[in-house]
Amino acid sequence: MTSPNRLDATVRPGRIDRTRRLRFTFDGTELHGHPGDTLASALLAEGRTEVTTSVHRGRPRGIVAADRTEPNALVQLHGDCPEPMLPATRVELRDGLVAESLSGIGWVGDRPDTAVHDKKYVHADVVIVGAGPSGLAAALSAGRSGARVFLVDEQAELGGRLLDGHERIDGAAATDWIARAVRELAEIPEVRVLTRATAVGCYDHDYLLVAEHRTDHLDTVGPHQSQQRLWHVRARRVVLATGAHERPVVFEDNDRPGIMLAAAVRSYLNRHAVLPGRDAVVFTTSDSAYSTALDLLAVGASVPALVDTRPQPPAHLVDQVEAAGGRVHPGSTVISTKGHDRVRGARVTELDEQGCLSGIPYEVDCDLLAVCGGWSPVVHLFGQAGGSLRWDRTAAGFVPESSGTHLPRVIGSARATHDLAGSLAQGLAAGAEAATACGFRIAAPRVPPTSGDRPNSRPRPLWLVPGMTKPPEQWDRHFVDLQRDATVADVWRAIGAGMRSVEHVERYTTISTGQDRGKTSGVNAIGVIADALMVDSPGEVGTTTFRPPYAPVRFALMAGRERGHLHEPVRTTSMHSWHEAAGAEFENVGQWKRPRYYPRPGEDMDAAVQRECRAARTGVAMQDVSTLGRIEIVGSDAPEFLDRVCTSGFAELAVGRARYGMMCGADGMVLDDGVSMRLAADRYLMSTTTGGAAGVLEWLEEWLRTEWSELDVYCTSVTEQWAAVAVVGPRSRDVVARLAPDLDVSSAGFGFMEFRETELYNGIPARISRISFSGELAFEINVARWYGLATWEAVAAAGADHGITPYGAETMHVLRAEKGFVVVGQDTDGTVTPLDLGMDRLVSRHKDFIGKRSFARQDTARTDRKQLVGLLPLERERLLPEGVHLVEPDVPLRPPVPMLGHVTSSYRSAALDRTFALALIRDGRRRIGDVLHAPFEGSSTAVEVTRPVFYDEEGARRDGVEHG
Amino acid sequence: MLLIHCPWCGARDEAEFRYGGQAHVDRPPDPNAVDDREWGEYLFVRDNPRGRFSERWVHSAGCRRWFDVVRDTATNEMSAEVPSRSGRR
Ligand SMILES: [Zn+2]
Repeated sequence: MTSPNRLDATVRPGRIDRTRRLRFTFDGTELHGHPGDTLASALLAEGRTEVTTSVHRGRPRGIVAADRTEPNALVQLHGDCPEPMLPATRVELRDGLVAESLSGIGWVGDRPDTAVHDKKYVHADVVIVGAGPSGLAAALSAGRSGARVFLVDEQAELGGRLLDGHERIDGAAATDWIARAVRELAEIPEVRVLTRATAVGCYDHDYLLVAEHRTDHLDTVGPHQSQQRLWHVRARRVVLATGAHERPVVFEDNDRPGIMLAAAVRSYLNRHAVLPGRDAVVFTTSDSAYSTALDLLAVGASVPALVDTRPQPPAHLVDQVEAAGGRVHPGSTVISTKGHDRVRGARVTELDEQGCLSGIPYEVDCDLLAVCGGWSPVVHLFGQAGGSLRWDRTAAGFVPESSGTHLPRVIGSARATHDLAGSLAQGLAAGAEAATACGFRIAAPRVPPTSGDRPNSRPRPLWLVPGMTKPPEQWDRHFVDLQRDATVADVWRAIGAGMRSVEHVERYTTISTGQDRGKTSGVNAIGVIADALMVDSPGEVGTTTFRPPYAPVRFALMAGRERGHLHEPVRTTSMHSWHEAAGAEFENVGQWKRPRYYPRPGEDMDAAVQRECRAARTGVAMQDVSTLGRIEIVGSDAPEFLDRVCTSGFAELAVGRARYGMMCGADGMVLDDGVSMRLAADRYLMSTTTGGAAGVLEWLEEWLRTEWSELDVYCTSVTEQWAAVAVVGPRSRDVVARLAPDLDVSSAGFGFMEFRETELYNGIPARISRISFSGELAFEINVARWYGLATWEAVAAAGADHGITPYGAETMHVLRAEKGFVVVGQDTDGTVTPLDLGMDRLVSRHKDFIGKRSFARQDTARTDRKQLVGLLPLERERLLPEGVHLVEPDVPLRPPVPMLGHVTSSYRSAALDRTFALALIRDGRRRIGDVLHAPFEGSSTAVEVTRPVFYDEEGARRDGVEHG
Repeated sequence: MLLIHCPWCGARDEAEFRYGGQAHVDRPPDPNAVDDREWGEYLFVRDNPRGRFSERWVHSAGCRRWFDVVRDTATNEMSAEVPSRSGRR
């Protein structure tokens, strides 16, 4: 049982393996093909001309192309991870393949994609994209130099268009030359060749992304084998040998099944031994389709008409076609087609010198219409890299214009050099040049003699064949973009709506926005726009911007193995395992995992946080504060430097003491905050917020390097070197006394904002400070990171009989907010000064510091700026959402509503037995005592504006109570 | 992905760096001696040329040093500047 359209091996052997038969299912029907087939070639072999209906108009559609430009035959692959929207021309046939036709929309599986994808990062001297004649030639000459060469091609076999024809190189079939080149490249150690690999992105400084399909063509795949691989390639020179795409022509009913690109017909014929039709009309604007006509005639098909727009096609071509039994119709055009589920005939008429229709139209019966509207160089990657294009009238295509060392070199058909000898010569020269530029000096080798290929004579381009009767606004069966069902009428409607730029017309009509990104429709759309605007050439309309990716890339491939727990690096403290065992809920702060609260059985977050807060206020509690940023600032000018970057004075701070400081940007806005300790005359330890550490370090380095290079100061990040435990609460002194027996922990012996170096009872060296972010008596025990867990466990043991309670960041937030302590980045947002926060006493009047000048700027000095205040909802249980806006009580809630500010922090307080909030409010300090409204969830909540300190305003609890 | 030449480490991918804006923005030596307009220009006003532009980068994921380069904003071609103390010249 042979497929009806498969040619006998004696007529055309094709590059298929007829000894193996592959079964596949398409739309529920079992069909057959061979290794070497694509799904498209197998469907054509089986006589499947119509493969789908169009997305909006429901018109029958067939396979048009033989490569990735295919606009119609998009399929859904079934299987463990179903894949939508694959062009059938890009699906290699394998046994058991199950595919379904799609009408423009696919579907994704409902199970997680189990396929493995991975990434590789490589460097190369010369990267060559495309392994047609020019790309292969470039790889040979660059490879011979010893340079590291990377050759990628998206087809399964190297050779490009040479696989479709009968050219001869060096006295032998081109396929022999390819085979020799493949062998030679395989033997050069520094050359790497990837097939089934599409360069999808070409970026600045010769950086490419290449998507390689590694297993799609295999019948079985190993369990850990990556299905696709994304190569990140940094090159020193890039050579683009990306070839050209054939264009269709826009005429009435140009979308019927059986209307194909001429070169695609030839490719199916010669590469896959498939004859898509018996009676073929060939319609062309240039020489290349004559090869299609000759090959059709050679395998016994009839060519009742070769319609050429040119009045005088090259005589030798005409003679060859007519000698083989075809008939050439010069100076003519196809104007429309007939048929329904497939093309049954073409209407042909003459073109006059101006390109207008003339003569009397006549019909030619056919079941295949092979069209060549010209060749568009594949300049996508060049455009992505920033290269500009110009319209080449002779070649009738957009070709690379700009050049320079920062742009890839473009060769062969991609720069409209369509003849074989020229392509080989450009490739050999470009490969040698690129290698030489990388330091691997080599001369371009001799160009081998070629035959069976002719230099092209000049085309007579034609984008649009006018309709016979109606005006262009009504040409709604002249399809410009088959995938989007967009027509000439759509383009005229866009022009009528005032669009002029091709970018606007494409967005208005959706032309070129399909899965194929307009690979066949883009240039024709520009031609149709040029006609509508009555400008001279497509060059005056210009092209759209080429953006990556050149071809669709699966999200799973971009993610690679960075999925799930490998998605982002995770930072944990040395006590992490304890927190996990204690059942802590974690929150992410940057990459850190920080315990948020420790729920007991049956507790929700609210209950846990209330309990933890009570422990800290009435007994003793402990928190892992290892994630805070720490920077050591060392050098004889360290005191001066800190004075310049912090709002408060550090030069006069005594050794052994600590001080809270804020940092501002040059604009006076709060950047970060933290406590810094003076370890020695020339040494400070600055702490920063958990999230701000890296940015603060860069900020400090920038000032040292660019503005104050005379200062003798060095900054070192020591965040990872320390682990720290905060011991908080009225009973904390007892716990620390047990923990550090050598330490005088009395308030007389160990003052607030002081620190001591000591040894814990278990021999661990520790630095203990008396700092508090809760208002309670508190100690912070700092130890080397590797003692973190042991220290944490020691604290827990020392506090066990006091019921010491571990608490998380949520409780820390409530405690600090009760005291009106801000969190930078939550209560501030880059528009807030320390003065807005009411921190005037932390702003030194005696020295200058970064940002101080800005406090005097007119806008910063305003007294009615947004200021930090407290809020107490009049309903004690009502919790304001953070971020909610505040308005005057009597303001009508119709936009635009004048906003006074917003809630920055909002919690339920165990100590106050009610809810409370912090907010930034315009002229807030003057509104203290006022009632404002917070509209949310459909109603308004009345709140009283208060000072931002809710608990122990006099600071009586800081030193705790002495216990003998 | 730009390829940036750190004067200390050599050529590295852009992902290792953070951008620091225009270089050679002179900070008024005595901020209190300038009026609001001049101070505002120092804070907020930067050049935005099409073409060569001196700018700061910091090698955050490498040596952590700040340095200046000249970049063509149209083509992204970059050339080294002497490792510099960029504020004052
Ligand atoms: Zn560096």
